[in-house]
Parts: sequence; C-alpha cells; structure tokens
Amino acid sequence: MVDLLQLLVAGVSLGCVYALVALGFVLIYKATETVNFAQGDLMMLGAFFALTAASPVMLNLPYWAAILFAIVCMAAIGMLTERVVLRPVLGQPAFTVVMITIGVGFVLRGVVTMVPGWGTDTHQIPTPFANDVWPIGGVVLPVQQLMVIGLTVALCVLLYLFFRFAKLGVAMQATSQNQLAAFYMGIPVRRVNMMIWGISAAVAAFAGLLLAPVTFVHSNMGYIGLKAFPAAVVGGFGSVPGAIVGGLIIGVVEALAGYYLPEGFKDVAAYVVVLVVLLVWPSGIFGETAKKKV
Amino acid sequence: MRFIFKTDYAQDLRLAKHGGHVFWYGLLMVLLLAAPWWASDYVMSQLHFICIYSIVGFGLMMLTGFTGQVSLGHAAFLAVGAYTEALMLAVGVPFVVSISCAALFAGALGVIVGLPALRLKGIYLAIATLAFNVIVEEIIARWHSLTKGSEGMSVRPIEILGYKLDSDTPFYYLCLLLTVLCCLACINVLRSPTGRAFVAIRDSEISASCMGVNLAKYKTMSFAFSAALTGIGGALYAHKIAFISPEQFMVFQSIDLITIVILGGVGFLHGAVLGSAFIIVLPQLISIAKGWLPEGLAPTGLQAVVFGLVLILFIIFEPLGLYGRWLKIRTYFELFPFYRRGMFRRQKSYMKSERLR
Repeated sequence: MVDLLQLLVAGVSLGCVYALVALGFVLIYKATETVNFAQGDLMMLGAFFALTAASPVMLNLPYWAAILFAIVCMAAIGMLTERVVLRPVLGQPAFTVVMITIGVGFVLRGVVTMVPGWGTDTHQIPTPFANDVWPIGGVVLPVQQLMVIGLTVALCVLLYLFFRFAKLGVAMQATSQNQLAAFYMGIPVRRVNMMIWGISAAVAAFAGLLLAPVTFVHSNMGYIGLKAFPAAVVGGFGSVPGAIVGGLIIGVVEALAGYYLPEGFKDVAAYVVVLVVLLVWPSGIFGETAKKKV
Repeated sequence: MRFIFKTDYAQDLRLAKHGGHVFWYGLLMVLLLAAPWWASDYVMSQLHFICIYSIVGFGLMMLTGFTGQVSLGHAAFLAVGAYTEALMLAVGVPFVVSISCAALFAGALGVIVGLPALRLKGIYLAIATLAFNVIVEEIIARWHSLTKGSEGMSVRPIEILGYKLDSDTPFYYLCLLLTVLCCLACINVLRSPTGRAFVAIRDSEISASCMGVNLAKYKTMSFAFSAALTGIGGALYAHKIAFISPEQFMVFQSIDLITIVILGGVGFLHGAVLGSAFIIVLPQLISIAKGWLPEGLAPTGLQAVVFGLVLILFIIFEPLGLYGRWLKIRTYFELFPFYRRGMFRRQKSYMKSERLR
C-alpha cells in the first residue's frame, strides 16, 4: 500500500512533465493544426537556457530568475520558429509541416551539442529543494516530486485564467475555433498564431525545468517528447484538459509498469497504451467525435 | 519539345515511351553494370547502400507517395527483414528462400499494421506507426533467446547454389538486380488498376470510395506491398552491415527513411533513388565540411544541424524534392523561352483543414 502510494506520486509527477509537453502540442495543434515534433527539443533547449542562467560559472542567477529567463528566451525562440520556418509552409499538407518540425528538432539538437559549454555532457541544475524528503505516515515523499506537481498545477491555473479572462487568451481561443471568423472579427490571426508558438515553447521550457532534476540536462532529453505524443492522443488530440489527463495517465501507467511488470515494459508501456487507445477509441478521452463533411 | 505520336496500342503499353528513355536508362544501366571496373572500393560500398536504400525508398514511396499513408515506423519492417534473413541463414536455409521469407514476414506484419490504419488518418497514423516501431524495437532487444538482444548478431554471407557471395562485386550485382526488379514491380503495380486505386486514395479517400475503390482492401495491400519491399531492403541491409543490433532500427532510422522520400520528391519513383543517393552522400560532404568549422564549436552536432536545415529548406523552397527540381530544369530547356515560374506551383494554397468540424 505504501509502495503503491509512493509509485502513484512518482507517476503523477512524471506525468505532469508529459502533460506539460503534451499541452504544448495541443496548444499548437488547436491553433494551427500543426503537430510539432520539435516540442521535446524545445523543452531540452529551455532546460539548457535555465542551466546557463542558474549555473554558478555562467550567469549565476537565483532559481526563480533562471526559470523566468528560460521562459522568456524560449518564448522568443518559439515565436521566431513560427515566423521563419512555419509561416512559409502555411496551407501545405499536414505531413509536410510535420516533417519540417522534425527538421527543426534536428537543428535544435545539433546546435545544442555544438555550443561551447553545453555540448554532449550531462549537466545538473542546482535547485533549492534538492534531496529533501517528507515522511508522512509511513510514506516517504520526495519534495522534488511534490514541487513538480505543485508547479504544474500552478501553471495550469495560470494558463486557465489567461485563456478565460485575458483579451489575448480569448482571441487565441477564437482563432483556434475558427480562423476565418476570428479574422473577420479583427483578430490578427497570424500574430496570434505566432504568440501561441511562443506560449507553447515557454510551457515546454517550464516542463524542461521540472524534468531537469529527474533526468538531468543533456542534449537527448528531448526524446521524452516522443512519450508526450501518447499522452496527447490518449487525452484526445486537441483538448487542453485531455492533454493533462492523458499525461497523468501515461505517467502513472509507466510508473506502475516499471514496478509490477518485468523489465522492458516500462519503456513501451506508453506506446502500448496509445496503440490500444487508437484501436478502441481513436478520439481519445476528451476528443470530439464528429464525422468529416465532404 | 517532344511529341509522341501514338500509332499502336502496344506503344502505349511499352515501359520506355520514346528513344530518349531507351538511350538514357540504357546508359545508366551500362554505367551501373560497369561500376566494379570504374569505381573504387569506397564508391562501390556507397553504391551498395544506395541500392539498398532505394529499395526501401520504393517501398515507402508506394505507401506515402502514392497511397498517401504516412508511416513513421518503417524501420520496424526493415528490422523484421534483417532479422528474418539473419536467423534463417543461421540455420542453413538457402538465400533465395530466406530473402523471400524476409519479404513475406515483413509483408504480413504490414497487413497487421495496415488494419488499424484503416481507422486512422494523418497524424494519428504517424503516431500509431511510431508506437509500433518502438514496440518492435523493444521486442527485438528483449527476446534474447532468438535475437541475442542488444548484443546484436552477426550475419552469415550469402550462398547461392554453392557459390559464396562474400566479396563486394557479386553482392553489388545482387543488390542491383533486386533494385531493378523492385523498381519494375513498382512501375507495373502503379499502372495496374491496383496502383490507380492507390493514387485515387491518396488524392481523395471519399471520392475514391465513391468510385468503388475498396478502401480497406487497397490500404492494407499498400501497407503489405510497402512492408515487403522494405523487408527485402532489410535483408540486404543485414548482409551489407554483417552485424545487426536493435539500435540500428530505432525511430530515427524511420525518420531517415521518410526523409529519403521527402528529399527525393513525394510521388515520383525516381525520387526514391535520388533521395537515397542524397542521404548517402550527405554525411560524406558533412565530414569534409567539418574541417572548415571555426575553432571552439564542437563538430559533433554538425550532422544533425545540416540534416535538419536541408529538410527545412527543401520543404520550404523545393516541396517537390530533387526530382521536382530536375523536372523544372528539363521543362525550362524543353520550352526554352516560354518557361514560367509558376508552372509547378501547387494549385491549392489555402489551408486544407483536417479538423472534424
């Protein structure tokens, strides 16, 4: 029972990271119908920015300032990517656009390994709550994992408030529902799309920060983005709450599979779940089930 | 400008439509057949890889370029082909049987993947095939008793009728022969009703099914055909590498394979060959370019950067790929002063929504 509880907390905290990366996919997918395969690499880049800001040999900022620094940098990079790479291929078939984001991912990964000081080594970001544990009853809960969960909840609330009440957030919702109608209402659709890329990259940077203490920072940490796809699909691609629920499901399933099933199942658990979901219930938990009109 | 004046039905059925085809493809064949005499060992080895990747490229081109189904999991079929070949040769099955089995097993697996593909479209299909690839790779890595897991296994050289193909030249002719056969198979499938059905599905599933194309049947068929070709490619790949391990068949290999199709030109069989030649030559160019990098920049990531940039630039500026570029140049000279820039522009440039609303 104690084991189970601990596993659940570990699973939920890993699931939070998946959820945030999946949230990035979903935001971009809702707005522009583009699936961004570079989301994991954006996350990796965000972690590296945070590393640069926080490490004592470089900028040596406090942890909170490092988070802010990474988020601002990544928002700028996200917007730049949209403007330079994605906008010229607007309106091309969906898979062409997917391939271009794969290309962006390659470039980001390559650039990171080429930058002096980043390279192919594994780094660690100093965090204020390094290795503490909270013993509650018989359960030992690492503060790290609780912080990940807490920060994810905080970010989700923030995003919810933004999309619900801010003028820009409402404009983004309108754009993702119907681009043409939004355009007629005077919303600058292209600029809004660019900002969505910015927000999505910033969310990715945040996910990278949360993941940094778990897997450390290295140029291949973006591969976790491949596990966020199952999360997004399970929740129903194109649904924001779905991405979060999907991420949590994948995280918990992975944690349980790693403990109760033989070795090897942990790595494929997410993919088995997504294949089953796609076979049985292709629209996912929160997806829409409408027929395509001719 | 060449005008073909048809006087005969047989003329319409011929593969080579005019003298130019006969001359140029004949010249290419002669050059390739004479390759062991003019090419160095290094170039020969590259030619092996180009042949192997061309076969895989044909397979993926049939699926992605002509049927419009996306697969990010073709490395799994490559793996099945390679491991089938290695395991069957290890127990002494003759080569002709083992390579047919490689194609058959991969094709059968293609049917299994093709069935869920009937319900999935676009990006969902890409994710499903990606998941499939990861699972297959993991199974190969974990099924220790059969595949020796991540230690990898060595592949025995080919033996046909008691004659051992362990040197480069006979293996090259084998690769070339299989490449030409696969290419002819693709050409002939494409001009049969089956191939027309594939293209109809690519252009519009709804109109294809309205015209009486059985979507389930033809999509599965396309998956199976594509997977079988990839299986043949995988078998040859196993021989070329002579040592196979699960890491060679990860998702990144699948992405490389789909890159062949995109760079070569989606929807042209020539594109598969051009794309694989490009993919093989590019790393060599990059390793030359590494010498020019400024001090302080580590050259480790250069390959990924160049690869990504090439992909991005091709998609933005040359969506029809290398073969499309060649078509444009040829048309320019054929029509000499009358070529217009917009001739190859995509007709529809508005957003084509896949959203279900």
